[in-house]
Amino acid sequence: MIELNEVTKEYSKGVAALNGVTLKIEQGEFVFIVGDSGSGKSTLIRLIMKELEPTSGTIVVNGQNLERLKHKQIPMYRRGLGVVFQDFRLLKDRNIYENIAFAQRVVETSPRIIKKKVPAALSLVGLAQKYKSYPKELSGGEQQRVAIARAIVNEPAILLADEPTGNLDPTNSWEIMKLLEEANERGTTVLVVTHNQEIVNEMRKRVVTMKKGVIVSDEQKGGYNNED
Amino acid sequence: MKISTVGYSTRQGFKNIARNKLFSIASIATMAACIFVFGLFFAIVMNFNYIVQKAEEGVAITVFFEEGLEQSRVDEIGDELRECDGVLDVEYVSADDAWESFQSEYFGEDSSLAEGFKDDNPLANSDNYAVYMEDVSKQDDVVSFAESLDGVRRVNKSDVVADTLSSVNRLITYVSIAIIAILLAVSIFLISNTVTMGITVRREEIAIMKYIGAKDGFVRAPFVIEGVVIGLIGAIIPLVLLYFMYGKAVSYILTRFNLLNNILDFLPVTEVYKVLLPVGLALGVGIGFVGSFFTIRKHLKV
Repeated sequence: MIELNEVTKEYSKGVAALNGVTLKIEQGEFVFIVGDSGSGKSTLIRLIMKELEPTSGTIVVNGQNLERLKHKQIPMYRRGLGVVFQDFRLLKDRNIYENIAFAQRVVETSPRIIKKKVPAALSLVGLAQKYKSYPKELSGGEQQRVAIARAIVNEPAILLADEPTGNLDPTNSWEIMKLLEEANERGTTVLVVTHNQEIVNEMRKRVVTMKKGVIVSDEQKGGYNNED
Repeated sequence: MKISTVGYSTRQGFKNIARNKLFSIASIATMAACIFVFGLFFAIVMNFNYIVQKAEEGVAITVFFEEGLEQSRVDEIGDELRECDGVLDVEYVSADDAWESFQSEYFGEDSSLAEGFKDDNPLANSDNYAVYMEDVSKQDDVVSFAESLDGVRRVNKSDVVADTLSSVNRLITYVSIAIIAILLAVSIFLISNTVTMGITVRREEIAIMKYIGAKDGFVRAPFVIEGVVIGLIGAIIPLVLLYFMYGKAVSYILTRFNLLNNILDFLPVTEVYKVLLPVGLALGVGIGFVGSFFTIRKHLKV
């Protein structure tokens, strides 16, 4: 499903954010990528999204070698991914319904299907009643739930979450993780970048630990000891 | 692109204008100011050209015939002159016409002075062709052509007037091209700056669209529609203003400077707008399109 082979990313000459990373994630897996700030976790996500190009090495996602993907093919590739960010990245000037419908319009879904799928996605994240609200009227946890609804509404094969609980209190953090786990149970491959020790240790999923651009451990049902 | 997507992009374009009111107003104002100055200058240049052209048309070459030339040859000469490049009109002036116009010009009301000549036309053999030029720069060619014709005795011309007019005309053309080019460059710079500001504010929105998997065309369409609409409004406002100001300005000049009445002949506003309207609208739409299309391009590489 996701395969990184000896991937190195240097932002400036000689400074490697990722250094020869090799990683394989199978379809339907739930994987935590953990590590300190600057360990290369977010760079990894950005490489998978093809927002960045690796300096060397190959990345294959859903059978596609990202190196061979032309600029024009990137949108189609990204439609197979759902992305959740730490800062939610909702469109502030549109209400919740429009934010989620927006993700469907982008992929040119017909208005008839949009009308069915948006309420369904909102129900999944428990916000069906708030579809008319604007992002600023919602709590951080609610905004992140909207972001998850937006990420899953197009039924992507892979869900990438970059520090999804970074701005949330423990209760909301657990709710978000529950939603991600439910998506995983429906068959979506989920990749979560986090440094939330409590959640990682409690959920007992596969944990890939990174330090200074290299993978230092990769354990099934692993844990994380945050030294920060 | 699907029809529903086209409709969505158009709606979004209009919504963007409303959402970013300040930016939209700033863009429209910039565009309107540029097109206003452009239109003002354009109207002045068009009128200058018109006045010079009118003056040129008044410049005549006089072609006299040899004594006793047959009427058929006179007619032939007329035809040959009419076919010359740069000639607007050829008018036959008989000896009697010439005498009459001489009398009215020099004796005026006092017809008694002319009475001494009675039936003896002192300008006999002065029948001629008055050749009016459309383009005075071609006067020399027409003169040498006329001189080469059989049956032509003499050709009178006014070099000074013709030379002055054609150099004034050239000067106006060069100056207007230079000023219009500078104005265009300034407009494009100002508008692309304003559009850049507007797009920078919405960089995040564009990035979100790209992360979700939007194609470049989908991201670009609402911005381009927004740019075109802003350009159109920014062109219509100054064009309407200029339309009403033009008539007022012309009548002000003519009443304030009475003396000019006989010299200056202004174009009617409809004549100016036959060119200014399509050019102004195309300019607004074109700058709006080009400005938004190229400014957004660099933000699409996410």
